[in-house]
This record gives sequence, structure tokens and C-alpha cells, in this order.
Amino acid sequence: MQTTRRDFVKASAVAATAAAAGMTIPGARPAQAADDGVRWDKTACRFCGTGCSVLVGVKDGKVVATQGDPEAPVNRGLNCIKGYFLTKIMYGKDRLTKPLLRKKGGKYAKDGQFEEVSWEEAFKTMAEKWVAARKAKGPKGVGMFGSGQWTIWEGYAAQKLLKAGFRSNSLEPNARHCMASAVGAFMRAFGIDEPAGCYDDMEQADTFVLWGSNMAEMHPILWSRITNTRLTKPGCQVHVLSTFEHRSFELADNPIVFHPQSDLAIANCIANYIIETKAYNQDFLDKHVNITKTPTDIGYGLRASDPREKAAKNRNKGKLTKISFEEYAKSVSEYTFEHASEISGVPVEKLKKLAMAYADPKTKVASYWTMGFNQHTRGVWVNGLVYNIHLLMGKIAEPGNSPFSLTGQPSACGTAREVGTFTHRLPADLVVKSDGHCAFAEKMWKLPAGTIPRANGKANKADQADISGKPMGPTLIHAVAMHRALKDGKMNCFWVMCNNNMQAAANMNDESWPGWRNPDNFITVSDPYPTVSAMAADLILPTAMWAEKEGAYGNSERRTQFWRQQVKAPGESRSDVWQVVEFSKYVKVEDVWPAELIAAKPEYAGKTLYDVLYANGQVDKFPKVQVSDDRGNKYDNDESEYFGFYLQKGLFEEYRRFQWEGPKKGHEMAPYEEYHKARGLRWPVIDGKETLWRFREGYDPHVKKGEGVKFYGKKDGKANIIFAPYEPAAEPPDDEFDLWLCTGRVLEHWHSGSMTRRVPELYRAVPDAVLYMNPKDAKKRKLRNGSKVKISTRRGEIVTRVDTRGRNKPPRGLVFVPWFDASRLVNKLTLDQTDPLSKETDYKKCACKVVKA
Amino acid sequence: MSSESTRKPAAKPVNRRRFLTDMAKTACGVGLFGLAVGLNARQSSALPAHAIRPPGALKESDFLAACTRCGMCVRDCPYGILKLAEPGEDVATGTPYFTARTGPCEMCDDIPCIPACPTHALDHSLTDINKSRMGLAVVVDQETCIAFRGLRCEVCFNVCPVRGKAITLEVVSNPRTGIHAIFPPVVHSSDCTGCGLCEKACILEEAAIKVLPTRLAKGELGHHYRLGWESKGDLGKAFPTADKEHVYRLPEGMHYEHAGRGLVKDQPAVTVPGQGNKKTPFSSNPLDTLNSGIREAK
Amino acid sequence: MATTPLKDLGKSAIAEKGWLKAHQWQLLRRFSQIGIFVLFLLGPLAGVWLINGNLANSTVLGTVPLLDPIVFLQMLAGGISGITLTAVLGALIVTVFYALIGGRVFCSWVCPMNMVTDFARMLRRRLGLKGSAKIKADTRLWMLAAVVLTALATGTLAYELVNPVAIFHRGILFGFGFGWAVVVGIFLFDLLVMKDGWCGHICPMGALYSQIGRMSVVRVRADGRASCDDCMECYEVCPEKQVIPPALKSARGEGPVILSGDCTNCGACIDVCGQEVFSFGLRMPNQVKPGRGKPARKQDKILKAA
Repeated sequence: MQTTRRDFVKASAVAATAAAAGMTIPGARPAQAADDGVRWDKTACRFCGTGCSVLVGVKDGKVVATQGDPEAPVNRGLNCIKGYFLTKIMYGKDRLTKPLLRKKGGKYAKDGQFEEVSWEEAFKTMAEKWVAARKAKGPKGVGMFGSGQWTIWEGYAAQKLLKAGFRSNSLEPNARHCMASAVGAFMRAFGIDEPAGCYDDMEQADTFVLWGSNMAEMHPILWSRITNTRLTKPGCQVHVLSTFEHRSFELADNPIVFHPQSDLAIANCIANYIIETKAYNQDFLDKHVNITKTPTDIGYGLRASDPREKAAKNRNKGKLTKISFEEYAKSVSEYTFEHASEISGVPVEKLKKLAMAYADPKTKVASYWTMGFNQHTRGVWVNGLVYNIHLLMGKIAEPGNSPFSLTGQPSACGTAREVGTFTHRLPADLVVKSDGHCAFAEKMWKLPAGTIPRANGKANKADQADISGKPMGPTLIHAVAMHRALKDGKMNCFWVMCNNNMQAAANMNDESWPGWRNPDNFITVSDPYPTVSAMAADLILPTAMWAEKEGAYGNSERRTQFWRQQVKAPGESRSDVWQVVEFSKYVKVEDVWPAELIAAKPEYAGKTLYDVLYANGQVDKFPKVQVSDDRGNKYDNDESEYFGFYLQKGLFEEYRRFQWEGPKKGHEMAPYEEYHKARGLRWPVIDGKETLWRFREGYDPHVKKGEGVKFYGKKDGKANIIFAPYEPAAEPPDDEFDLWLCTGRVLEHWHSGSMTRRVPELYRAVPDAVLYMNPKDAKKRKLRNGSKVKISTRRGEIVTRVDTRGRNKPPRGLVFVPWFDASRLVNKLTLDQTDPLSKETDYKKCACKVVKA
Repeated sequence: MSSESTRKPAAKPVNRRRFLTDMAKTACGVGLFGLAVGLNARQSSALPAHAIRPPGALKESDFLAACTRCGMCVRDCPYGILKLAEPGEDVATGTPYFTARTGPCEMCDDIPCIPACPTHALDHSLTDINKSRMGLAVVVDQETCIAFRGLRCEVCFNVCPVRGKAITLEVVSNPRTGIHAIFPPVVHSSDCTGCGLCEKACILEEAAIKVLPTRLAKGELGHHYRLGWESKGDLGKAFPTADKEHVYRLPEGMHYEHAGRGLVKDQPAVTVPGQGNKKTPFSSNPLDTLNSGIREAK
Repeated sequence: MATTPLKDLGKSAIAEKGWLKAHQWQLLRRFSQIGIFVLFLLGPLAGVWLINGNLANSTVLGTVPLLDPIVFLQMLAGGISGITLTAVLGALIVTVFYALIGGRVFCSWVCPMNMVTDFARMLRRRLGLKGSAKIKADTRLWMLAAVVLTALATGTLAYELVNPVAIFHRGILFGFGFGWAVVVGIFLFDLLVMKDGWCGHICPMGALYSQIGRMSVVRVRADGRASCDDCMECYEVCPEKQVIPPALKSARGEGPVILSGDCTNCGACIDVCGQEVFSFGLRMPNQVKPGRGKPARKQDKILKAA
């Protein structure tokens, strides 16, 4: 056996590292002395969906220190580089501290300059606009765009304000851009949202498959867990699939770069191999699976006027049809290795290797995916295709066998999905499409029947009356449609909270910007910093962030984590929950409800929405207390202080009733106090016990003894295999726009960079978004590393520099640009295409060209 | 002739003694000046560790003899990172350098600073920037480098322009957490150009990775000694005669690997789950097998 | 014999020729000195690259190399690692140029330090500072030798580490650091310690250019020496006054051409002379050209009026 010099260097380094990691290093704790008088408490990291716990040290009202929480099961004291700088995001020099309203001559004016105003003036102006828009334009006249970075109660409070207060379903989270396809697929396959497995699969699995996920950068701490398993478990393999080579390929035993959109073919090809080789688990299929197919040729979620939409036969359709196993087998039989290889550009050998890993009954396979799957015009389909594979093999809902959709945001699960801050959802997996679910919510919220707008505007088969006297009509409107409605003047008021949608939404030039700056519209942005969105707003509300308020997040593995308010927010900044609840005081029931609805609850007459929604005897049930921990440390709670009751607890406990008393079981959470004591608990939490693997007897309290596996989200307890074919993307490259444009993130920056770009070290590490390009593509265009280029699509252009040797190595024909950089708004380029089923934007595929600038 | 004497051209004649005294004074003064200049030059010839010469710079002694301090490399650097040392700095006055932490070399493909040098103090034969050796990056402190402690940083690796060669991430299990891996960065002198992008990007208060002059960063093996396994490749056929094949007397079921594991017990062929496509069902490291516990073949 | 009092220095020339004519060469020199800075700065500041580099070494229009001979000399002595064709060519061009127009033309028309030492001389006169240290004028030749020897001994361009001229010029183009102290030091030295101390006695660059310009073609001529009224103003303004007497006074029958390589062709004597004794001309012929200079009586008239 020969050892190269590099091997030797490696070995030495490894030895040194192990020594360093295992030893206590004298002198490595110089901060000890300075820690005197520092109050330490636990919080959850406010970046990605991993859900690391971070200890925060406060002294003199300022966060002076942090550390990864060594007691936290997810990260065990570790952080990524963003988490390392977590506290610095609060201390950017340009924090907003006063409400700012566009004014001219002392009055609000759309074309005015931002001037400082009081909260009272801000909310008065806003309420006037909102009430007028609600009256004139119906339930879609106003809208709110929230976030998977909202705390649980912030999302819950906002949902009550919109759906019950304003009687509008125009509430969406930025999770629509991020997780909606995953949700759609969960609901279709299992009838209940969120993964069956948990992070422990990362130690339990033998083989890992990454489908459109760059975990190495986007879920850094989870990646170190998979890496460790790959390193320590004999026979462990990692398959990485993506449309370009990225950092996760460093660990790949089977690196697969496929043509955009062809993941549909690859997944079907694996199913075909499993069926052809009869490797499937017949017993599991018989007991736990229904086989279905979904309508095809469903369009691309573009405006209805788009020729591609007109051409679609089954636009937006998704109703499943039961088919037999044989029909299913015949449908996938088209996807032989050769055919899949032809569509995807992946060598047959690699596809075989991947298929064999899935088909080996003794290999435990965990599949992970994120935006590569979700931000996909066939996102729901492709999520489902991976469930198909796992269901065929019965490799699901047990340790190590886990199809696992990772979330991007810290509380995409906890807030957006579990609370249901989507246009079509209510808390705990309830939907507004269901009359019964709405009625249940109305009961919980002590509202007159028919308050919540139904999806089709009919409660109990009768038209719901609107304040304008007209019937409600259809009420659902998704995120991308909101920007279109703003542009078209159908929605006039828009409140963006806890995200930066002007920078984040696709097709900024044609849709977002004209919509926000439409003179008829009044846009409110709540943010700690002057973001691109704030710049495009009419009213900016300064916002308390993260540890400046009591909060709770739910991560990818159903883990709910709480934290106490650690410090006060600067100036007049207020938390999102305060803003939502306080704003409700400015709107009277009569402003937004028709007389007959009030007549059903005459005691609400003359009341404000605050009285009806929050001072309703439930939310204000818990008196204000001095928040303290088990060591006797005391903490502020500015919201309790202001409103006079324990607002967060009241909201959470009312929300919890949906889980425990609602028609959909399986989301049960523990009482409020329990979470302040624990490093997060994985729901369902029943009898104080967490659930690691759902649907599996012994692990899941909802699966009775003897049932083995039960997908109880579906009435018959069976999950769906859903056949969907390969269909091409909406805007493939052509002669003029000859490259695929894919966008995404980098390890060092969080989303739009409004926080991390204010951390000098992170900014220095990665200052600008560059264009990652194949060296051959660059050479063909007479470009080289560092050349300044103009990237253009049919919708816009931006200028940046080329990187041909960076962390991302696209194949020929594809370029990658991260979207964190506010000075290079890549969403001027992207197409506002969505999955027609999930309505989630596809940011990964449009056609562009690159020329020297 | 003193300067004052020029005012009156018909000055008194200079006598021999005066002449000699003047001469000695001048020689002495100028000698002292020369000594000061010389000593200063000697002192300045030691380039401080923080200052990095532009790509292609000759060996420091040759560089100081060849660089005319013209600043044309400074002018031709498209990123403006080069500067000429100013009097009072610890770098030889007027010579070009850059500081990695504040402005590293961006490694232009066409290396415009080199052709700008009229006296070849920057070696014109260097045309591939990847072959430049401005210094060598060194992870100077593994105690504070958060990657070595298991945090996911790796900024130095991410920004390294000689991607995946000059800095690699090794992977080791984190014995403290038991479930995470550590990704420590390792610099390879075979590929590191010393551009300093890593040092600039290091997110610590004081960078844990620094570009040092190669003379400080590298050790040197004793000139008499060769690493046998490396020299085997270098020497090729000149390497001493190949070993003869060894034959051993062994009981049934045992064999002996001469250049491998030594005494080995033969194993019956069984398939281990999840390892169907491997040549043997075993890891090459026997500890893996030992630690995996007893598994029943199904 | 009417030595002009220092306070009246230059007044007769102004009266005689007008202010502009009496400062003609000084103005042109300042224009040249500052203009050279402007040329060098046009590149980095305006992107117009007429000349790149600095006085030590530069490239004109991206092609023609220029290399200061004293740098070249040190390169030769310090080890030949920097001797490239470009370097040789650059040094050659500069040497030939100055050999033709006067070696020390560099000192008075190009060198930025000249402005400092000129200012020191002017201030010294205005303040009436008398007294001066005495250093032999040929000290600079010794200095030149020392420069070469230190390069030889250290193997580097040792003098360039301390060369005030280079420090000053580079300081303005690339940043000063503590270099300003060197410039102030030389100013104070010339002002308080020794008249014309740096340029006239010590600077080894001046010494080298003196040697280069020994046989230069462009020269100051005293063709009007017959008109000299012995006001001594030219001696007062000349930075190398020992070069004047042979041409002006012709004690041993010398011609009217100032032949010494030390003459910097600054034209101060031309500017200051109301009698128009001096003018720029060629080295040959070294005989008085008739019709130069002014009659003496005018001078008397002016003095009376004053």
C-alpha cells in the first residue's frame, strides 16, 4: 500500500485535530473573567431550519456573549458561522427605531419622503387605509405577508387578525416561497404535514441521498452529523443530486449532476427499477399504501394570460385518481435507466448505483431535500415521487429509513405550517376549504358562525355576506398572486412582516415593484433594518428581533423551542406580536364585519378587533408575571408589561386547544411552561413524552398496539403513492437566452442578507454575490475569473463578477447566483413561475444570457 | 575648497595640512553616512512577516537589488492592493507589498503587475498565477480556529482561489459530541500561492490562518534524509532491487500478507447488509469490524 | 563696483525687463517641476497614462523606458539581478538626454527637492540669515562613491532606502509616511545650517548628473559680460556660484560659456541680470557673440531713481 505525501499530511492534521478536540486547552478560556455578572439563558438560533440552541449572555441590558448550547441535542455546543455571529445581527448601526411614514406637507403621500411618526399616527393612517381597502375591494383588498421567522405566537396572532378580524384569507408566509411544495406533498401522500422521522435518522441510516439540497452550506450542523456517520459507519454511502456541483459533493460517493427538471425522470427511474427487480415490499404496499396518479400538463403558475398557461390542458389541477399497481408499473416503465439518462444527462452507472441503494431491502436510506425540490414548478410532484420510492420499499417512519424534507427557515414548521399562516390553512393542519374546520376555529375563537371566510365564500352552503353587502366570493390568494393583485390594483393594502419580499419575490421588475409602488396601494413593512422592502414601502415599522422578545420556533424535526426576552429592543422598536395586537385596537368590528354577523354576537357591537380577538377571555387569561428562570434570574416581557397580561402564553395556550381538541390529531404540544424548561420537544408530546418517529407503533402514541404502521392523516390509514411523469420546465434556454439560471444561498449569509451583511466579519468573508460559471462557458464568452458581466433574462439584468473556480461548479449551460446581495438583486431576473399545486415559486430554472459588462 | 571661498575667487592658497584635514573630515563624515545607509539597508532587507511581495517577486535579496521602487506594479494592480512602503514602515522604503488581512492578492489570471515591472524584480517568466508563491498560508492557531473546534465555518476554504487544492477540509469525528464531524482546514504548500484571501476572510478578531513568508512557514528536512516511500516513486528503476516473494509456513485457514496486515485469518464469504457492491464485506481497518459487533447473517 | 544690497536683489532686473521677464526661467522651471508631477499623477487620478512610475524608473506612453542613472549604478553595483534590456535602455536614454541638455538640468528643472531648497535659499535671504557650515563642494562626489560602495556591500539599492529625492517624489505620488520629515530636515538644514547645503554639496544624484553633463551642449553663456556692472546679484542667486567667474570674468582668458558640469542651467542668473549679460546658448563657439548685454548707464539711472 502506498501512502502519498498528501495522505501523510492529512493523517498528521487529523491526529492534531483529534487531540485538539478532545483536550481541554489551558488558556482557551480567557473570557471567563469577563463573564462575571453575565446572565446566561438559552435561545434558539434564528437562522435556518436546523434549530440549534444558543446560549446568550447578557450584561447591562446588552448581549455581550454567546455560545453554542452544549446541552442541546441538535448541535451539542456547535454553531455554524452565522450562529457564531448571531448576536451581532441585533447591533447593526442602522437599526430602525421609529415608525417612518412617507409624507408630504405634513400628510401621508405615496410620493412623499419618509418622516418619523408616532406609533399612533402610523397605526391610525394604516387602519384608515386598511378599512377602506377592505370595504372597497373585499377580502382580497388587504393582505399580509408573514414569515417562517415569526415566532409561533406572532403567526398565530396574525392569523387571528386576518382570518377572524379582517375576515380575509390574504395571509401568506414567506414559507410559500420555501416549503409549500413540501407541505402539498405531505398532505397528498400522508394527509398530515411534516416528516415522519427526525434528525436521529442521521445516525441511524446507512445511505444518504440528497435531492436538491446543499446541506453542507444550508444546514451546516446537520451536515456535520451526516458527515460523521459517513466517516464512522462502515459501508455508509452518500449520494448527492443537484443541477450543479456544490459543497455537499465533497462527501459524495455518488455525485450526480442532472439537467434541470429531470429529477422527475430520475425518481421515476428508481421506482421502475424497484418494480422491475421486484424489490418492492409487497406486504407494506398491501397494508399501508394506496396507488394514485395526478393530472398532468398543469401549467406553470404564471398569469392566466401567459401562452404557456393557455396551452396547459389541466391547469392547476391536482385531484388524485386511484390506479392499480399494474397501471402504476406501466406508467413508470417508460423510465428505464437509458431513458432517464437521456433526459437527465446522468450516466446510467450512477443512476444504477442510486437505484440499487434504494432497492436493497437491508440498506436503511434517508433522503433529504430542500429548495431544489420545493422551488420547482413540479415541486409537489417531485416530493411525492421520492415518497413513492420510500413507500414502495416500506422504508419510512422507522429509524434510518426516512424521506425527510428539510426546512429553510427557523420556524417554517413551527409557525408557518403548524400555526397555518397560509391563505388556505388554519392552526393544526385545519384548512379553510373545510366548512367544519372553519366552524371549529370559530368556536375556539368565540366568533359568530361564518366569520372566517371560506375558500369559496360559502358557509354552510350559503354565501357569506361581506361588509360591502356583496357575497364574499372565492377568498384564497397565494403569495405570488398577491404581488400580481397589488399590481392590478385588486389588493390595496399589504403588510410585510419579518421578511424582505421585495428582494425575495421573483420577477421584481414586472410584478413586485410595480405592485408595491402602485399609487393606489399602501404598503407597510415591519423590519429592524432599512431593507430593500422597507425602501419600497409607504410605512415602515421598527421591529424588535429575536432575543428582544419572548419567542418560540419549531424546527425541521418537529422540535418546538422557546426563549425568554433577553434584552430590550432599541428605541421605539416593537415586536411583531405587539404590532399585530396593538394594530387591532385601531379597527372596530363595524369597520370590517357586516351587520348580520355582529347581530349573531351582539356583545361584540362597538368593540375593537382587539377586544374580540385578544381580550377575549382566553388570550388574556394569564396575568402578567415576572418571568424568571430556575436560577432566579429575572427577565423582561415587554408585551405583558404593555398589555397587562401574559400575551405569549395566552396565544400559545389558545393555539394548543386546536391541537388537542381539533379534528386533526397528531400535533399535540406540551403546556407553555414545559418548553421554557426543555431544550425543545418534538411533537406530538403526549403524557410528557416526545415522538421521534411518527406513524410507527411503539414510537407514535397515535398508532395503536398491533397496527404496526398507520398513516393516520388519511382516513383509511394508508399513504398515497402518486404517479407523476417528467414534464419540461417553463422557460428552458434557447438561442438567445442560452443558459439556465439557478439562484440560492451561501453558508455565510442568511436569506436576503439584511442581517448577516451587517456583521462586518461575514460581509468581509463574502461581500458580493458572484456568478458561478463553468470555465468553458466563460471561455466561450471571452470571460475569465473576475470578469465583470451583465446577466440578463427576459425580465431584467444585473451586473456582477464571474467566479469560475469558486465553491459552486456548474456544468456547462448553467449559472448560479446567490440572492443575498441587495446590491445585485437577482430576483429582477427570475420568472414568477410557481408549482401550480403548491403555488411555490421556482427560483431555480429560467433562461438567461451572460455578456461582458 | 570650502563653499565660502567661492565668493572670493582669489582666495588664499590652501595649504597641504588644511587639505588633508578637510579630506579626512569629509571621508569620515561620508564614511559614517555610508555606514548608516548600509546598516539601514541590512536591517531593511529582512521583510517583516506581515508584508507580502507581489506575485513573482524574486528572492528577497535579489528583489531588493532589482526593484527600482518605481511603483508601476502598484499602478497596474487592478484591485489596488499593492502599496509602496513609506519611510517609517518596517518594509524597505519604496518597495511594493501588500497586507493579506486588509487587501489580499486577488490572483488575476493575467497577473498585470508582473509585466509592469521593468527590471524583472517580479519574474516575467511567471505566467500562471497558480504557480506564484507569495508566501504560505498557515493555520497558526488551532485553539481559536472555530472549524477545529467543530463549528461550521470554513470561510478560508470557501474563499481559497486554488479551490480544493491549497486548502482542503479534512473530516474527523468529533469525539466530544459523538454525532458531529469536524472539518479542520489544512493548507498544502504544494498549491498555496500565499495570496492571503483566506487571511482576509478569517472571521476571528485576529486571523487564525495567516500568510507567512515561506522561510518562516516551512520546515526543511535534513538534506541527507529521504522519505523512503516518496523516494521510491522518484527513483523509479534506480530504486534498490525488489524484494523477493516470501513464503510462510502457516496453519489451515490463515494467511500472511507480507506488505499488508501481517497474519490474517481467512474469512468465509458472507454478504453484509448494505455492502453488496464491495469487494469484501470488511473494512480495511480491522477495528471497524471488531467494533461493529456480532451480526447475524440472514 | 556697485554690489547690490540683498534687499534690492532682483529689483534692477524687474525695472529693466519687467517682472515677467525677470522671472521667466524661474517660472518655466516651476512649470516644469510641477508639470512633471502632474504628468505622473494623470495616470492614477485621471486614467491618462502618459507616464507611469516615478522619477527613479518610469515608462512613457507604455513603451519608452526611463531609468535614473543613479539607480542603475546601484543596480550594477548591488548584483545584476535587475539589469534587463529595459533597464539598460532606460538608463541610456536618460543619460544621453541629460548629457546633451545639461546633466544638472535634472536638478533645476525636474527634481522636486529643488523647490524646497530654492525656498530655503530665498527664506534664508529674506530673514537675513548669515553664517553657514563649511563642507567641501566635492563632498558629493564622495557621497556618490559611498552610494556605490553601500550597494556593493549590501547587495541592495541601499541608498534608495534613504534618498530624499526619491522619498519626496514617491511620497507625493504614492504616499509619504514619515518621508515628510526627511524633506523638512533638508529644508531646515539648508535654511539654518548651511547655504545650498543639500543640492550644492551633498546630494550624490547631483554629483552624478554633474559628471553626466560635463560635455553637455546646452549651456549658459555670458556673451554680454562686457556690460557687467559688478552688482554681484548673479552670484547671490546662483546655487553653484563657483561656475560663474571663469565665463564672466575671464581671468585667464576663458570664453563666455559656463563650462562647469555643476551648472544646473537654472537660468537664475539670466533672470536676475538687469544688464542681460547671460543667455542660454550652445557650448560652441566659446567666443563672445557681439551685440549682447546693455549699456551701463541705464543701470545708473535706475539706481538714481531708487
